Amino acid sequence: MNSSQLLGITTFAYLFSAVLYIAMLVFRAKKIGLFATLVTAGAFLINTAGIGLRWYESHQMGIGYAPLSNMYESLVFFAWSIAIVYLFMEIRYKNRVLGAFSMPFAALAMILAGLKNPDIKPLIPALQSNWLIAHVITCFIGYAAFAVASGMGIMYLVKDRRSDKTAGPLIASLPDLKVIDDIIHKTLLFGFLWLTAGIITGAVWANSAWGTYWSWDPKETWSLITWFIYAATLHARFTRGWGGRRIAWLAIGGFVSVMFTYYGVNYLLSGLHSYG
Amino acid sequence: MKKTENMVWRFFASVRLALFTLLILATTSVIGTLIPQKNPPGFYIDSFGQRTAQFFQLLDVPDMYNSWWFLSLLFLFSINLIVCTIDRLPNVWQMVVLNNLDTDPERLEKMPHRQLFHASENTDALTETAIALLAKNGWKAAHENKPDGSLIFSQKTPWSRLGVYAVHLSILVIFAGAIIGSLLGFKAGIMLPEGGASGTVYESGTGSPIPLGFTVQCDDFNVEYYADGATPKEYRSVLTVEENGKTTIDKRPIIVNDPLHYKGITFYQSSYEPMQGFNVIITNTKTKASQSFQIPFGQKNSWAEGGIEFGIINQEVRSRMGDVNRLKVWFSDGQGEPSIFWMDNSASQTITNPTATYEFAASQVYATGLQVAKDPGVWTVYAGCTLMLIGLYVAFFLSHRRIWVYITREENENRCRILVCGATSKNKIAFEKEFAALVQGFTNDSSFHNA
Ligand code: HEM
Repeated sequence: MNSSQLLGITTFAYLFSAVLYIAMLVFRAKKIGLFATLVTAGAFLINTAGIGLRWYESHQMGIGYAPLSNMYESLVFFAWSIAIVYLFMEIRYKNRVLGAFSMPFAALAMILAGLKNPDIKPLIPALQSNWLIAHVITCFIGYAAFAVASGMGIMYLVKDRRSDKTAGPLIASLPDLKVIDDIIHKTLLFGFLWLTAGIITGAVWANSAWGTYWSWDPKETWSLITWFIYAATLHARFTRGWGGRRIAWLAIGGFVSVMFTYYGVNYLLSGLHSYG
Repeated sequence: MKKTENMVWRFFASVRLALFTLLILATTSVIGTLIPQKNPPGFYIDSFGQRTAQFFQLLDVPDMYNSWWFLSLLFLFSINLIVCTIDRLPNVWQMVVLNNLDTDPERLEKMPHRQLFHASENTDALTETAIALLAKNGWKAAHENKPDGSLIFSQKTPWSRLGVYAVHLSILVIFAGAIIGSLLGFKAGIMLPEGGASGTVYESGTGSPIPLGFTVQCDDFNVEYYADGATPKEYRSVLTVEENGKTTIDKRPIIVNDPLHYKGITFYQSSYEPMQGFNVIITNTKTKASQSFQIPFGQKNSWAEGGIEFGIINQEVRSRMGDVNRLKVWFSDGQGEPSIFWMDNSASQTITNPTATYEFAASQVYATGLQVAKDPGVWTVYAGCTLMLIGLYVAFFLSHRRIWVYITREENENRCRILVCGATSKNKIAFEKEFAALVQGFTNDSSFHNA
């Protein structure tokens, strides 16, 4: 058993978990809820083991490094972060419906990882830094929170669009709009703190490698654009009382910006960050 | 006059302006990620045509993040933050230092979280019991006797109201650090061949010379590859610093991510260039006589002492940059046939001649590319970043929570009325739970009866 096999299993396990949560919602089959949670927790453990094994394998190859250094590895870690953020929220809010809007993101991240080359390649000198590890971890916890927040945004809009008409039992089983709104808000705060930490650790790393903490390279600039969007969102809420649909839309729009920062920039723009 | 002043003030203090500036900053920042920055003018003419390129120059698009209009936006943003802070901070400060034992009883009756109790004991005994109950739930309380009874007050993290202001201040601190760096610092570079030294570096972009006040010398440069032979594992330069004729740093190795700091100037390993030439060390293994040379490619050299002549007559290049993989050596000590052989770069070879054996070591001469930066603002920036993270944590996750217990005598009923009430600056749901736990404590105590 090698790490890419374990991570292949992880893909199916997250997919299965997403399907279970959605089935639970669609068929109002509360009974499978616990099973869905167990599958998710199991998938998360396999994901963790996969990352750990990959770390071990790199040491076996004599090029040991934390597996957070290319697109494949960062997507795997993204899926891991989404799963842990989601599991935390499921426990905290005691609500499994959130899973139908969160776990598909984890499955999607693993599917995207599956399209990448999983070979373990040695690290070029610029990537040999503990700040890189701190940078990737902080960024991806932030990204994962924003992914979940956008899922909650979608849930809010789904519920809101139907609630005035004859709300079917499906819609009725979603949490109250007020509760969703509160969850979106809390998740955005959490994500914003980690995104800020991610930008800062990235700046410290850049300074230790190149002597400039900020060079307006496209990826840096896009992370700042994303940060501006979320800062504006938070202020609209705190000081102008925005909530509900508008914040739900902003949570979705913010995540589009996150995805562009993470994924789009690598393929559409050029810059220093040739990896994840 | 007063009125316009007020309007201008309101404008700069408004969050509406902040939202506007944030969105403009976000949208305009996109431009510089689509149009490559800091290329020579010819690039823009070739890629976008003469007229568009002219228009770009007019708006400083090729260096937009340093353009007058982008810096003005950042300036506007800072003014907005400062004015907004001056406008609001005094009120918030009042809330932090407020003496809550003076709170008007009428306001207590309207607090968002309340619970009423009755009790038959006297106010002194009840005050003591209530303070103990609060303490049991983690609330440290103070109290004051009032004409009709007693008021107890307790609060948690009143200073958390300042978290937002720490975040806002941190942005200004980071800007200040960036300004210090751009006024008093520089970004420069230099190429140093092995054995070469320089007291001057050249500013990035303009190329103008900057004297260092000391000299930096490259003693050695090496690239190490992984087992695959293609991926570089380490770029390492060994640097020596001399100041006023004295060696102040002796042979300090630097690698990417581990620069050399000296007198506020930092030297980063950033690139390298293979040169046309070789460092050669010849050792006579019997006499232990040894000599090192730096020789050009394709020329005959001699070591008079040992009667030795040698040269590099061919080389095998691994990359377009001109890194030499293997080299072909011609060597003669005048005894017998000259030796001609291929050897790996940066290796050594034993030559056995009729009367002596030699150790022949050769490695290509490299020049190391150093990025040289002076940024006296960087610690200010880092201080701002730290303040921002602490401020965000405080602003998001801590709240100012207040609890009052107001005990009054109801003379005609011969009992006391106890109002337990509280308020929080945010996060109502969590506070509701905390408040309920406290109220439960009162309910469970035999002195108090639910009203
Ligand atoms: C991108 C830059 C900015 C960041 C990261 C930022 C951060 C924050 C944060 C974290 C809060 C949280 C408050 C809470 O949890 O209660 C906040 C509130 C606030 N911000 Fe900003 N801010 C920024 C720019 C600005 C600007 C330019 C203004 C100028 C008017 C401003 C005005 C305010 C106001 C009025 C509040 C509400 C304060 C209160 O509740 O008393 N912010 N800001």
